[in-house]
Amino acid sequence: MKEKIIEKWLIISGLFTVSLSALIFLFLIYFSLPLLNPAVLKNILSLQWDPVHGKYGIMAMGLASIVLAVSAVLLALPIGLGISCLLAGLAPRKIARVGHTVISFMTSIPTVIYGFVSVFLLVPFIRNIFQKGSGFCLLSAVPVLSILILPTIVLLISDSFKNVPRTHKESARALGFTPVQEFIHVIIPSCKYGIMNALILGFGRAVGDTMIALMLAGNAPQIPNSFFNSVRTLTAQIALVLASDTQSLAFKSIFTSGLILFIIMLFVSIGSYIVLYKRDVKNE
Amino acid sequence: MRRFVFPVFLIIIFISMSAALQAGELDRFKGMSGTINIAGGTAHIPVMKDAAKNIMTYNKNIKITIAGGGSGVGIKKVGEGLVDIGNSGRKPKDTEISKYGLKLYPWALDGVAVVMNKKNTVNSLTGKQVRDIYAGTIKNWKEVSGKDKTINLYTRDAASGTRAVFWKKMLKKGDISSHANVVPSNGAMKVSVANDPNAVGYISIGHIDDSVNAPAVDGVKPTQENALNGKYKVVRKLYSNTRGEPKPLVKAFLDYIMSPEGEKFIKKRNYIPIK
Repeated sequence: MKEKIIEKWLIISGLFTVSLSALIFLFLIYFSLPLLNPAVLKNILSLQWDPVHGKYGIMAMGLASIVLAVSAVLLALPIGLGISCLLAGLAPRKIARVGHTVISFMTSIPTVIYGFVSVFLLVPFIRNIFQKGSGFCLLSAVPVLSILILPTIVLLISDSFKNVPRTHKESARALGFTPVQEFIHVIIPSCKYGIMNALILGFGRAVGDTMIALMLAGNAPQIPNSFFNSVRTLTAQIALVLASDTQSLAFKSIFTSGLILFIIMLFVSIGSYIVLYKRDVKNE
Repeated sequence: MRRFVFPVFLIIIFISMSAALQAGELDRFKGMSGTINIAGGTAHIPVMKDAAKNIMTYNKNIKITIAGGGSGVGIKKVGEGLVDIGNSGRKPKDTEISKYGLKLYPWALDGVAVVMNKKNTVNSLTGKQVRDIYAGTIKNWKEVSGKDKTINLYTRDAASGTRAVFWKKMLKKGDISSHANVVPSNGAMKVSVANDPNAVGYISIGHIDDSVNAPAVDGVKPTQENALNGKYKVVRKLYSNTRGEPKPLVKAFLDYIMSPEGEKFIKKRNYIPIK
């Protein structure tokens, strides 16, 4: 009897969570509907954001979001792979365990702390070393965002390393591989899909981050064409415009920004699902 | 031992009397209780905090919360009934006043000044130069007799009343370059300009301190005196707005801000009290 109740409860919780996401999606669509006429849509999906002159294009922000997230993932990939290898066998047990705890702890650091510290330490550093601009630019935001998503990537990759069947590792040892060779030729290739999944989810986290982009990237609403450009992401756009006059088109464009972000995340989830599916199929 | 009793007694009476005298303006809060929620312009915050501290110390049954967010947020929140007082560093638009039924209580005059880093050698600009710098046509400090360095522009976000006034009265509604860095408050602007040797930005005169330079524009130094006598023209009133008639506790708070004691707080922060 108790099991039936628990079962029902779990089903309700599951349905509730799923419907919450669906409701958010519907909410964004509903509030973006008034913007559906072609003239307005053309305005919003353009590259120029200049409310004073009636231009509400958020595409420059979309571009910045993607460029920032992709760069952060590309930077985090080699570092994340390296750390995962260390944690999964290349480092002495004790150090690996400490490392694992430290990385896990990093997931609980609020992003605003990263942003706040970087404003005072990283931004002046970038400004002085390169002498190009104010220091508030893509180049300041990318490394900090990489650090933010590193724990996610490392923990996911470490997990897939741990799940490599023992037989693989034992065969490699028997063939005389050194531990490093074992990683390069056996473990990493067999975790191809797990690594891809880690990168996809890392990208998702990076694209959705607001504080780091808001505090470090400069927020100029322009198309990024250099790492020293001040850029604005979709998330920062929402944060900055949220306080404007609710009747203005500028405010209404926030819903479209949110919708685009949501759709990006949808693709991230679908990508992750496909990759994991392929992995499970391969393992059978 | 007994010698000290009387003098100590006198001192205690004296101290309690001064507390009582000081409590003159605070008397209106006697016997009241409740919460006052305030949000909006960041320029208002220091004065609101001083007033709130005094009131809450005097009457423990009153709770006052103060949030920022910018003038746009202040007007919106009070209009939607989310806060009791919405502060704005610009006059609410007529559409906003009629939509929400706002009542306006301006209590100070504040100027908005151009600010630069302390290391910047430029110490005066013309209005046209400021406009060109913000439009992006002047890109290097050497074009205004400074060092040969690219100018780093800083501006405020869309909700900012400070920005609205600066844009209307200093920039004469001119363009702001799309390359400008956007920061979300007076405080953030001050920190950014103070840390970047090639920066130019603008903040409320009440926020100016030793960390930044405020050059004269068109020959007029941006001081509160010049704001008051009309020489410095980039000024705005600081408004506290309510939705309809404020309830008694809120009215008492607004009266307190406009009382002689409130004026002390306003002056302490370098704003100019007005009735």
